Amino acid sequence: MATKTAPINTTLLDERSRRLRETIVKAIKAGNRGHVGSSFSLVEIFRVLYDDVLRYDPKNPLWPGRDRCILSKGHGCLALYAVLADKGFFPETELWKFCKPDGILGGHPEYGKVPGVEASTGSLGHGLSIGVGMAINARFEKSPHRVFVVISDGESNEGSVWEAALCAGKHRLNNMVVLLDYNKQQSYGTTYEVLDLDPLADKWRAFGFAAEEVDGHNVGELRAALARTPLAPDRPSIIICHTIKGKGISFVENNLNWHHKTKISDEEMHALMSALGANHA
Amino acid sequence: MRKTCLDCVYEIAKTDPRVFFVGSDLGIGTLKEFKAEMPDRYFMEGVSEANLIGMSAGLALEGKVVYANTIATFITRRCFEQVCLDLCLHNVKVRLIGNGGGVVYAPLGPTHLATEDIAIMRALPRMTILAPADATEMRRMMPLTVDHPGPIYIRLAKGGDPIVTRDEPFTIGKIFPMREGRDAVIITTGVMLQRALIAAEMLHANGIEASILHCPTVKPLDENVIRDYAGQAPVIVTVEEHTTVGGLGSAVAEVIAEACFPAPKRFRRIGIPDVFPDQYGSQDTLLARYDITAEKICSTIEALQNGNRYH
Repeated sequence: MATKTAPINTTLLDERSRRLRETIVKAIKAGNRGHVGSSFSLVEIFRVLYDDVLRYDPKNPLWPGRDRCILSKGHGCLALYAVLADKGFFPETELWKFCKPDGILGGHPEYGKVPGVEASTGSLGHGLSIGVGMAINARFEKSPHRVFVVISDGESNEGSVWEAALCAGKHRLNNMVVLLDYNKQQSYGTTYEVLDLDPLADKWRAFGFAAEEVDGHNVGELRAALARTPLAPDRPSIIICHTIKGKGISFVENNLNWHHKTKISDEEMHALMSALGANHA
Repeated sequence: MRKTCLDCVYEIAKTDPRVFFVGSDLGIGTLKEFKAEMPDRYFMEGVSEANLIGMSAGLALEGKVVYANTIATFITRRCFEQVCLDLCLHNVKVRLIGNGGGVVYAPLGPTHLATEDIAIMRALPRMTILAPADATEMRRMMPLTVDHPGPIYIRLAKGGDPIVTRDEPFTIGKIFPMREGRDAVIITTGVMLQRALIAAEMLHANGIEASILHCPTVKPLDENVIRDYAGQAPVIVTVEEHTTVGGLGSAVAEVIAEACFPAPKRFRRIGIPDVFPDQYGSQDTLLARYDITAEKICSTIEALQNGNRYH
């Protein structure tokens, strides 16, 4: 029986995870807004995907053989932007124009505007179906590339997520990997209060997926689970990543006041940076 | 018209490997030859329109041309946000084929009447809206849908509709003048062309000469032709199997209002008023219920010509 209170995660973050979070904080400061907690729960997921799993060429972002990676919970885009900039998809200076009129990086990722972004997302419950279409196409083309879709728990309130899950299960899309950022917090409150998803892994298994659960901030666990994909030879995979909203900054963790933040003061900025420095391995 | 449309999809797919078909839960045997001959490009994905559209977008983002088909109400308003974001925002080649545009499904009641489909599709940037008048026009139109940029909504009529168009090349975005007359202009889309043609004959018998503009493309609207004809006639009437809110009539009204003609025009939209239709019956009886008839077109034009603005 899962806990019905806000989760606790004591995984220590290493220097790379801390630096990516610093980058996110700086971008939020530059744009004077952003989904802080929603981005922080995703950092290790994207870090491991782009460091260890995905095949891509930042100089040729539309290389046909690339793995497709869709961030369906588009409001967590700063984690993706930080990693894409780190990998050279676009200059880091774009991050300092976050949400600015002359920037390419908005509060939700846009296809065709941001190199490396495969689909425009932001309204929840769209990315998984788009990923299903891409995975069906990869199979049709007999291409070995795979499709990764990162979704959220609050997003899984949307019926369209489950329509897509049925479809992926029906077609036994073993070239598709879903990563679910299960930070158990949504805008109004915990997922348990708003719309309980548990037993979550059992639901996905019932929809035809092979499912595993990992600590979504434990880089080793994420690597190992992704290395095992497809988790079953004839089914799509889902890795349910138990995460902490705002992971890495003690006063942001599980604090819904930091779900989306505007007008960050210099004092708050200083506190964010200090807290980041205090919470790493 | 529906059979012709799907036959065209099959024929196009045979020669173009980019073409996919995605249906919801259509009638048994739908496109069975397509399924038998090209099973890896044929999908029937169930009563899940949101997924159907998103999945089609995913295929189209990979360079495929996807023909997605279900009942018009469900492929427009049920999954409106997917149509808006997955298709229009991404500007992908997904062709929505909507069965039963207008009041074709009259006996099934208001849940199945696509009477605002044009209005809501028209509000979406990059969407093209096609409503041919008969099966032969459909056959001329469909090959052009393959490489047309962006998403398309194809509004199907009942089927077995009389052939009223001429055998001339189709162009997406072009109005087809079907009759010339100096006294009035009747502007229609889809199968309403039949009624306009009958009305024009009746008017002719009464000494009134009406032009007819057939708009198989409602968006983008061929505005220049509307301005040209409207500029030369004192009376303009639109006819559509659709609510008068936001459809062809509204689009034409916008063009006429912004044309700033030196002399005022007498203009009227004929269509379904701002209500949920409250009867069953047939397409014809429901259209008659809301005065979408040749007789009403005639009497409206005659009244406008006589200066009666509130006919």
